[in-house]
Amino acid sequence: MFDWGFTLALVTNGVLIGLMYSLIALGFVLVYKATDAINFAQGEFVMLAGFIITGMLLLAGAPFWLSVPVAVLGMVAFGFGLERVVLRPLIGRPIIAVIMATIGLATVLRGAAPLFFGAETQALPLPIPDEPIVLGPFSLPPGQVVGALLSLGFLAAFSWFFLKSRMGVAMRAVADNQQVAMAMGINVERYFAIAWGMAGIVAALGGLAWGALLGVDVHLALVGLKVFPVVILGGLDSVLGAIVGGLIVGIVENLAAGYLDPLVGGGTKDFAPYVLMILMLMIRPYGIFGKRRIERV
Amino acid sequence: MAAGQVQLRVERVAKQFGGVTAVDEVSLEVREGEILSVIGPNGAGKTSLLNMVSGFYKPDRGHILFEGEDITNLPPSRIAELGVARTFQNIALFKGMTVLDNLMLGRHVRMKAGVFASFVYWGFAQKEEIAHREKVEDLLEFLKLEDLRKMPTGALSYGLQKRVELGRALALEPKVLLLDEPMGGMNQEEKEDMARYVLDVNEERGTTVILIEHDMGVVMDISRRVVVLDRGRAIAEGDPKSVQGNPAVIRAYLGTKASGKKAA
Repeated sequence: MFDWGFTLALVTNGVLIGLMYSLIALGFVLVYKATDAINFAQGEFVMLAGFIITGMLLLAGAPFWLSVPVAVLGMVAFGFGLERVVLRPLIGRPIIAVIMATIGLATVLRGAAPLFFGAETQALPLPIPDEPIVLGPFSLPPGQVVGALLSLGFLAAFSWFFLKSRMGVAMRAVADNQQVAMAMGINVERYFAIAWGMAGIVAALGGLAWGALLGVDVHLALVGLKVFPVVILGGLDSVLGAIVGGLIVGIVENLAAGYLDPLVGGGTKDFAPYVLMILMLMIRPYGIFGKRRIERV
Repeated sequence: MAAGQVQLRVERVAKQFGGVTAVDEVSLEVREGEILSVIGPNGAGKTSLLNMVSGFYKPDRGHILFEGEDITNLPPSRIAELGVARTFQNIALFKGMTVLDNLMLGRHVRMKAGVFASFVYWGFAQKEEIAHREKVEDLLEFLKLEDLRKMPTGALSYGLQKRVELGRALALEPKVLLLDEPMGGMNQEEKEDMARYVLDVNEERGTTVILIEHDMGVVMDISRRVVVLDRGRAIAEGDPKSVQGNPAVIRAYLGTKASGKKAA
């Protein structure tokens, strides 16, 4: 006997969670698209943003409407600073150098954050009612609806940015060929900084959405790990891919939790997305929407 | 600046890669409005010289002056902004983008409204965009690319891609255009088309052209002056005819008996 209501609830929840994964993956895709760098610290960015928000709310006693913009600005500044201090000296170095730098940064952030913000989990209450939003047969948790809407808003904004805005087109040019972009008079380093700054904005909102859902502590950084199946499925350099990949991961996770976990005693939720990721790497390593790179020799 | 004045001055520039001297104390003067060809055997240092003028390489010694300003150590993006545009030896278009997008990117340096300004006052950015689009449409018409404006450049034939790359460089409205083998790999008909566009650009827009090219027929036809490089040194300079008959040039291309040759 198949329970449609149960499945529908799993899928709906998966969609909402998936869109929240997409939000984080968006930051990753942005940086990869513009600078070719793989940011292993995206989850730590999110954690840092969460700490800034709760720090403002709880430690400084600031109101919510002030805490979120401060976190956004703080993360933009962090992105700019990181690009300037850590990544710019690595321009022209092998890609592995950048990867190692971001892994190192991730470890430092995770280690240092509790020194400043404390080790215990802090709640991040959104200033919205707690009751589920009921839409026809769906009963939706409000925090996740906010997260999903944020994500959709950013998808639209980034799609517009890359396709229509002059800055976005220039950023694609930088991503395509840095040398030629320079010959066009494009200041490549400035665009790198902008990309990292934008990754900071996305992380700030990710920190808000995920912090509200999970509470803020060092473990918040772990949502960053889900970015990898998302971007491998969707395509490393595709904004649309980040959304679709996020949806797939969210839905698969929930279906696994609902149907597989009771059979095997739990745990499949956490690795099901990675199984998909490995399958995808075998059949279509550039992802659903990723650019297939053909090298002519 | 009056026509015929020195616009670009290369003063004793030298560049080494490891132990190899790519360019060895080369000096040359480029006059406003001329077509100057740089020729020489493979490995003579032509592209290295061009890379230094456009800022991609920094010379170990020497200076490069553009309209009196020392541009030796400026970044490539700044040199492009000053009015020196270039094409690349291997086609270097933004492949996923359309012909139109590629040319619009060439307008990048001429666009004034920043992203923040365009948020504050949308109308200004829009108006500016339209003006730039008109310039690009003129170029598309000039290069007979109108029908291809929405095509992704990766789908075009080799000759057309080269033409789009020329168009993108022209979109910068350069004062000096550096062309690195614009006819390389083309068939005769494509070469003739390209040569005509280069001449038209030079005559109609008054753009100074520095041309690296292997096809001697083209070089002799369209150049005002020719500079010959061999193993990093300028060995001859003059009008096409005198250079063609220069014994040093013939030696560089054809070589001499080992006994008559001293190691450089």
